[in-house]
Amino acid sequence: MIVKLNGKDAELSGKTTVLGLLESRNLPPESVVVEINMEIIPAENYGSTEINDGDHLEILRFVGGG
Amino acid sequence: MSNDIFKLGGLEFESRLLTGTGKYADDSVIPDVCKASGSQIITVALRRVDLESETGNVMDFIPKHMQLLPNTSGARTAEEAVRIARLAKAMGCGNWIKIEVISDNKYLLPDGYETAKATEILTKEGFVVLPYVNADLYIARSLVDAGAAAVMPLGAPIGTNRGLKTREMVRILIDEIDLPIIVDAGIGRPSEACEAMEMGADACLVNTAIATASDPALMGKAFSRAVKAGRDAYLSGPGAKHSHAKASSPLTGFLHEG
Repeated sequence: MIVKLNGKDAELSGKTTVLGLLESRNLPPESVVVEINMEIIPAENYGSTEINDGDHLEILRFVGGG
Repeated sequence: MSNDIFKLGGLEFESRLLTGTGKYADDSVIPDVCKASGSQIITVALRRVDLESETGNVMDFIPKHMQLLPNTSGARTAEEAVRIARLAKAMGCGNWIKIEVISDNKYLLPDGYETAKATEILTKEGFVVLPYVNADLYIARSLVDAGAAAVMPLGAPIGTNRGLKTREMVRILIDEIDLPIIVDAGIGRPSEACEAMEMGADACLVNTAIATASDPALMGKAFSRAVKAGRDAYLSGPGAKHSHAKASSPLTGFLHEG
């Protein structure tokens, strides 16, 4: 399945959840915020939120800024 | 003055120096800067995770006691600022947000109209909104109406270290606006932060000047002292200025008396 991940096409193998995706990328869930198709996914729903083909995902986190 | 409390967003702070986390050559100096500057409020930005390479997490360097102030940098419209604010809140680090709406890439000047629109939406959603704006009385008044927690006028364009170029306009905001006035952006030297505080600004936000100093922790300490000195001077009620000399010592004495 192909999704748009942070602006780029990405291929995900098989069905996965937001939590599964974060774990596969070594991203601690508490360090990011995830948006699917412009909708914020509450952290407590990462494990139950499945990713679908064609979804637009944004994975964001805090960085240095003024 | 130990009882001079800085009230902002329903909380009380001892320090009137806000700091940032941008532009550090090495983020690991941030804890030392926080300690040396005494700052209790610190800004961060929100960005896409770099999925190609592993980068450090700035959050690892921010002391836990600090009030986090995410900004909406990158937003060009009110709508984008609102989106970033909601995402920042979903990070679970509180409901404070510094609104930054900028579509001018050369001078990075804030769009007051879009900022006011975003402020109105976000205060209704329960955010503590700190808008970064030009030092303009009418924009400031619209922010008061929109429910902002403070007004953050720029001293000079972001990252320029040019100082308090907007001094006369900031002075008007201090005089006319009943919200905390936090001078943000452009402050390059502690003396400039001191001047802003002496004029009656409630606080200063300093990022670049500290982050790009050769010794950021020492510069943080210098800013802390400058902000405190300026605040004390303001509270002490400076004496009047005169165009002619007024002797500090008695001029009549014994030398010429007959």
